[in-house]
Amino acid sequence: MVKVKLWGSLRDLADGREMVEVEARNFKELLDALAEKHPALKPQIDRGVSLAVDGLVYRNSWFTEVKPDSEVVLMPYMKGG
Amino acid sequence: MKNIHVSTTLNGDEAEFVCAPAETLLDALRNRLGLTGTKEGCGTGDCGACTIEMNGRLVCSCLVLAAEAQDADIATVEGMATGAALHPLQQAFIDHAALQCGICTPGILVAAKNLLERNPDPTDTELRYWLAGNLCRCTGYDKIIKAVQIAAADMRGA
Amino acid sequence: MNIPSGSKQEFKVIGTRVARPDGVDKVTGRALYGADFTVPGCQVGLILRSPHPHAIINNIDASAALALPGVKAVVTSADWGVPGDEGLRDIQDNCLARGKVLYDGHAIAAVAAKDMATAKAALKLIRVDYTPLPHVTDVDAAMKPDAPVIQKGRADESVPQGSAPNITHYCEFGHGDLDAGFARADTVIERSFTTAATHQGYIEPHACLASYASDGKADLWCTTQGQFNVRELCAGIMGMQASQLRVTPSEIGGGFGGKTTVFIEPVALALARKCGRPVKIVMSRSEVFRATGPTVSSSMDVRIGMTQDGRITAGEARLRYQGGAFPCGTVDMGAQAAFAAYDLDAVRTQGWNTLTNRPKEAAYRAPGAPMAVYAVESVVDELCQALDLDPLEVRILNAAQAGTRSSYGPTFDQIGLMATLEAAKTHDHYHTPLAENQGRGLSCGFWFNFGGNTSVSLAINSDGTVGVTEGNPDIGGSRASISMMAAEELGIPYDRVRTVITDTNSLGHNDVTDGSRVTFAVGLATIKAARAAIQVMCARAARLWGIDEDAVIWEDGAAKPSGPNAGNFEPMTLAEIAAIASETGGPIAGHHESNAEGAGVSFGVHLADVEVDPETGATTVLRYTVFQDAGKAVHPDYVEGQMQGGAAQGIGWALNEEYIYGADGRLQNAGFLDYRIPVASDLPNIDTVILEIPNPGHPYGVRGVGETPIVPPLAALSNAVSRAVGVRLHELPMSPPKILKAIMAKE
Repeated sequence: MVKVKLWGSLRDLADGREMVEVEARNFKELLDALAEKHPALKPQIDRGVSLAVDGLVYRNSWFTEVKPDSEVVLMPYMKGG
Repeated sequence: MKNIHVSTTLNGDEAEFVCAPAETLLDALRNRLGLTGTKEGCGTGDCGACTIEMNGRLVCSCLVLAAEAQDADIATVEGMATGAALHPLQQAFIDHAALQCGICTPGILVAAKNLLERNPDPTDTELRYWLAGNLCRCTGYDKIIKAVQIAAADMRGA
Repeated sequence: MNIPSGSKQEFKVIGTRVARPDGVDKVTGRALYGADFTVPGCQVGLILRSPHPHAIINNIDASAALALPGVKAVVTSADWGVPGDEGLRDIQDNCLARGKVLYDGHAIAAVAAKDMATAKAALKLIRVDYTPLPHVTDVDAAMKPDAPVIQKGRADESVPQGSAPNITHYCEFGHGDLDAGFARADTVIERSFTTAATHQGYIEPHACLASYASDGKADLWCTTQGQFNVRELCAGIMGMQASQLRVTPSEIGGGFGGKTTVFIEPVALALARKCGRPVKIVMSRSEVFRATGPTVSSSMDVRIGMTQDGRITAGEARLRYQGGAFPCGTVDMGAQAAFAAYDLDAVRTQGWNTLTNRPKEAAYRAPGAPMAVYAVESVVDELCQALDLDPLEVRILNAAQAGTRSSYGPTFDQIGLMATLEAAKTHDHYHTPLAENQGRGLSCGFWFNFGGNTSVSLAINSDGTVGVTEGNPDIGGSRASISMMAAEELGIPYDRVRTVITDTNSLGHNDVTDGSRVTFAVGLATIKAARAAIQVMCARAARLWGIDEDAVIWEDGAAKPSGPNAGNFEPMTLAEIAAIASETGGPIAGHHESNAEGAGVSFGVHLADVEVDPETGATTVLRYTVFQDAGKAVHPDYVEGQMQGGAAQGIGWALNEEYIYGADGRLQNAGFLDYRIPVASDLPNIDTVILEIPNPGHPYGVRGVGETPIVPPLAALSNAVSRAVGVRLHELPMSPPKILKAIMAKE
């Protein structure tokens, strides 16, 4: 299981939890599992999310590996100037 | 309204064009004569991207009527280099990274050249005030001021 | 000044200050920008804009305009479909209003005519029947429950039930126990701030030329930060296949985020399709201000607690941003960046976005971060003043480092904040005495930096030179750094490489030039493309020598046998291999396509000395120094240029620049005379100190550098003014009348 940290405003959509656990080996599996387990998160996932894995931010690379001991943080999809 | 026929001197060569009575010199240079090195950033004389020399004086070509170029001596950025040899200011701008996007560069080069012809050894403050009518949004002016001073020193030594 | 890195990698080309490849073109007037291009038979396109900040469009009657000789076509939103995708629909509705105009300057219709005079006359003949509606342009007013509703039903699921109707987005970040944190503080300060909307202020107005053939094939030339994005958006709006639309970027006269979307490009295509002739549209400066994206304006509350010895115990920020008449998510980034420089046990940021009757926000250099960091850094500074602590020591005491749980969630890897703070501390700028009415301000700044989709092709020419083809418009000198990275990797001199930026038909997709991504991501792809070409060259040499490919290495620009059984052959240079490419298997090239990830975050620290004239309230910037971590500075001149240019934009934001709306909802200062960006005589030299803490995600350690430098100046200037005159302003810009008023209120 991978522990995924949600940002504050997503917690209400995931039964008030800051950390949720899902079965996933990469970014895509993680998104699918999150959307299945917590359907209220789906609109944000569809709008776009990034993933920080062990401190590095991945904007949308589905095959980014996540391991059970990785620090995984969900972030909004971001744009620059 | 009938168009006006204009005879002028452009970067040392005789040139002729026709223009509408209300047409700006900037538009005539760019659209009639094909000299697109002179840029339009505002059309109201605020940004200096269209700076050219007219009878030795700096003007915003967006504020000059094309018809006023009759019998005038016009100098644009396209006339700064001598053949393949760049003007010392042009070379200094490349060597010292005084441009980023480059849209303000033609106006700034023309304005700086005009200053150095009047005052070969300006202080930084004189230079900054002289160029205050030429907006640059990329560089913060630091490298522009330094490049002009390097070119000025080079020209004084030559 | 250049503080060398601890990186062991030795470079030959990287780190030198070579001449940029587009330099001669740009100093001689040869370089072609958006408005410099034309084709035979080109028509002039012109756009009719709303004089109302908010109104229903009952009817548009273009019959009189169309009857004018020389008028070729008029288009309105009725010439397009209605895209299902919300984001695309908003961009389209911003290009030509559908049903309602939402801000002063909103485009309604466009005309194509034989010349400018005819086009102007035609615009005056278009009759629009409006029903004006109440409007709101202020962020706090727009968030009230009874404010005029700009668009109905645009709140996403993040917005709590019962929120005011213009609120479209809510976000919250942070960790830890705030109450406990504030309880541990010896002093808590809470302040409210506002910042005005500012424009990117690129000197080149938007310009494009569209050609649309009757078989549906179209070409578009335009000034943009991303030709592939322009193609995707225009094809979506026009209902075209991407393959039918080729977009070629011109040289770009500045963008700073403002050219990451479309405004006139689909309109020119629609006109060209309708009239069967090429159409060119060039915006006036007034149109640029009224109808292209400025950044958000903000209203913010920040509360920070500190112990007597300077440890921050808790930080909280509430950010309210308005991004104009369409939903925008910029507040997400502000809320994440606000406290990024600090190692905090308890932190919370909340953000709201609201609609207003203003132009659609566009990205502006580190979007969302400068204002949030301004508010936080102002309160930190005020705490330092209240507790009589050195503001730099307090930053060092609380600085985020590798292993710090960041305020936005992830734990930081190697970051350069502490090194930049230490560099500032030892710099003589920090220790130079100041005179009366002078003050010194300090601020940290932060930006995430991105990688993104990148496709690069690299050809080995038969004479031993190299052509690199990339797809990201070069704004600040990136062609030089890309050529440098190719030369470094291939082991050849810089002047044998030429890098060009190509159209949408010549490469795979490239994301826009944004997020400080180009030197990082395009550089990475170029290095990998070079490695692919090297692999081919090594294989050719191996075959000639009759040895294993594995037994050939690439060193100093040549293939060499390596290892115990490789044999003894003379190295073959790139030029030697290139010369016989035809005989050894054909052309040699490398390419690389990937979605680059692993861009390292970037921190900077700015020091500003100001003098405030107590008689007029005018601020003079006396001295300015930028300290920033570049990972590895590929071309130090252009890294310094980013640091200086960002600082100058931030100084303008702090002191002068602002969108001013009248009570009538119309923009009052749509020109460079009244929207005053810094001119040469406003600024001092801007000194730079580049730190190099290598980014582990890039083979040369490169980090993006372009956006971070606009973040610290706002607070650096505000903190300096506060220390110069003993009054603290809580709003930007700090124009002379506001400072004077504050000084007089104190007396």
